[in-house]
Amino acid sequence: MKKKNLRFYFTIITVKIATALMKLVGKNATHLPGWIANKMCPNFISYMEKPDKLVFITGTNGKTTVSNLVADVLKSYNYEFINNSTGSNIRDGIVSALLTKTSFLGKNKSKLAVLEVDERYAPKIYPYLPPDFLVCTNLFRDSYRRNAHSEFIFNILNSQIPETTKLILNGEDLISSRLASDNPRCHFGINFIDTKASSDNIIKDIIACPHCGALLSFDYIRYNHIGRGHCTNCDFGSPDLDYSIDHIDYDKGTCLVSTPSGNADFKLLGDNITDAYNMIAAISCLMEMGLSLQDIKKSFDNIKVVSSRFNQEIIGNKKIIRNLAKGQNPIACSRVCDFIRHQEGNKAVILILDDIYDAKESSENDAWIYDVDFEFLNNDDIKQIICSGVRNKDFQLRLLMAGIPKEKIKCCEKEIDSASFIDYDEVDTICIMHDIHAGGMAKTIVDNIAKALDKENVAQ
Amino acid sequence: MKIEVLFPEYCNLFADSSNVKYLQQCLPLAEFIFTNYLSEPAFVTEKVDLIYIGAMTEDMQERVIKKLMPYKDCIKKLIEDNVTFLVTSNAIEIFGDYIENEDGSRIEALGIFNFYAKRDMMNRFNCLFRGTFEDMTIVGFKTQFTFAYSEDFKHPFIKVDKGTGMNPDTGTEGIHYKNFFGTYVIGPLLTLNPYFTRYLLKTIGVEDPKLAFEDVIIDAYDRRLKEFLDPKCNYY
Repeated sequence: MKKKNLRFYFTIITVKIATALMKLVGKNATHLPGWIANKMCPNFISYMEKPDKLVFITGTNGKTTVSNLVADVLKSYNYEFINNSTGSNIRDGIVSALLTKTSFLGKNKSKLAVLEVDERYAPKIYPYLPPDFLVCTNLFRDSYRRNAHSEFIFNILNSQIPETTKLILNGEDLISSRLASDNPRCHFGINFIDTKASSDNIIKDIIACPHCGALLSFDYIRYNHIGRGHCTNCDFGSPDLDYSIDHIDYDKGTCLVSTPSGNADFKLLGDNITDAYNMIAAISCLMEMGLSLQDIKKSFDNIKVVSSRFNQEIIGNKKIIRNLAKGQNPIACSRVCDFIRHQEGNKAVILILDDIYDAKESSENDAWIYDVDFEFLNNDDIKQIICSGVRNKDFQLRLLMAGIPKEKIKCCEKEIDSASFIDYDEVDTICIMHDIHAGGMAKTIVDNIAKALDKENVAQ
Repeated sequence: MKIEVLFPEYCNLFADSSNVKYLQQCLPLAEFIFTNYLSEPAFVTEKVDLIYIGAMTEDMQERVIKKLMPYKDCIKKLIEDNVTFLVTSNAIEIFGDYIENEDGSRIEALGIFNFYAKRDMMNRFNCLFRGTFEDMTIVGFKTQFTFAYSEDFKHPFIKVDKGTGMNPDTGTEGIHYKNFFGTYVIGPLLTLNPYFTRYLLKTIGVEDPKLAFEDVIIDAYDRRLKEFLDPKCNYY
């Protein structure tokens, strides 16, 4: 930490006043305070006092959910800690979160911080706030524009992780499990061959040994490159798991969690295999922080999956599912396609994946749709797919290339009209796959579906 | 008809494999040879009509150069003999003189065309792209860590209308020599540009090319072009 100077004190007072004003007018103040601080005092973060213990959660997919799970458990036991669950995960968001527990004189008032951190921002954060624990959920290719490719992100993280940080890593990810190989570490994963797992993905971000270049042999692949593998030429391979889910009972909605301190049955937090990975990542993190398995289990019994990412409701005799699919992120979208194909009954799927900001000011770079496993939607029981929004023709072409019959695909110019394109007599379930910025629109479409179903009932 | 796809297990970033997928749908009777990194390229021992290579990681660029270096003369001869090459994204750098890192160190490339690429790994460059090739308007996306430089760019592929070409100071994008087509434009180059796809198919001897899903792809192109021609369209 750098020695505080007058500029720092002046900045902190200004930002505190600005934050109070923002809250007065109903703003969250989860990003702007950090932005102002960094503008007024360059590298403001380097002057900040850090809490006694810093826990960072990073990775391509699942970091928000894992961070929320860890925070929910800690809150249930009345821990006081800094958290950015409602704010941004880049440097300005981290600074804003820390400022909430920093006095006018720059004194830190919190012993613990649990922060979700964007993996690209490691160079701007880790040197000043070296984490005690770092959870990395996984590393995949993400937005081409921001993240390039997984090797680039791996190199960023690998060069920034402090030597003392204990790593909590996905033992079934041969990319992130190699991070900072000399650091203390533990690995989490799933010791259960899931019959719903898919290995037929377009993308595999690691297929050759990073040490000798020989092809890897996989014992199994859960999805994309997540699974257990080893090099056919040298001793490189998946590490042993310290924390694992050893059995999943989807019917009962439970799973068996195995840890160095014993085993326990946990309530499953969702049907998707990624829900199980998020759970075991959070459990590993909490146990490494010192919580007992039984205490974590008790708290998990009362946790629900964050509803902005997944929501299911019954309207009339139809099941309506809203699923956040995160546009520009082919893996996240593929996981949702995989989830949809495993839903029972006849289905209609609505795609609202356009980047609304690009649609307004530009023309979206939607190259990423060719890396999404839309082939998973080429199923007999998926009866209709509605491509909604400005890019509907691009999605139509992509679906045709996935082998989906043309008569199943409908193009809708305006997302808000999507509900009127559904043939309700033909389907039991309607899945809405939406981008992160289209959550509100997805809810509106559900309302419109409800109205349409109501009208049908009246007509009958 | 034979189409060789070089190292598809590695050279598939930024949706570049979509080019091959679309060619497969346009040419259902063609033979596609997917040559993995450990194998000898098919073009060394047999006649192929089109060779495709797409985007890869920076580490992989070095390995691909090492792999192809023994076949440099063979590749040169194939280009001179009018074999069609389609090279997208940073794969184009394999065919230049060298790639320069930020610290000034150089990775010697195949040296088939007279240009070099300069990396800047801390600054990723992204833009939309619009340009002209013959009577066609080419649209696409660019996402890269490098720019390419040359004294003259003797064999330009596309004249830039909007967006950035080989570097911010040139008005041209890519390399076009005989039937070699190389461009930094990523991924769905062929699905975004149906008229160019038809042109490319003609270079490999398809007399009356039929595009897969022709009505949809042209509809999508027209819509994209309209957006790209809109003066309000933000290219960066």
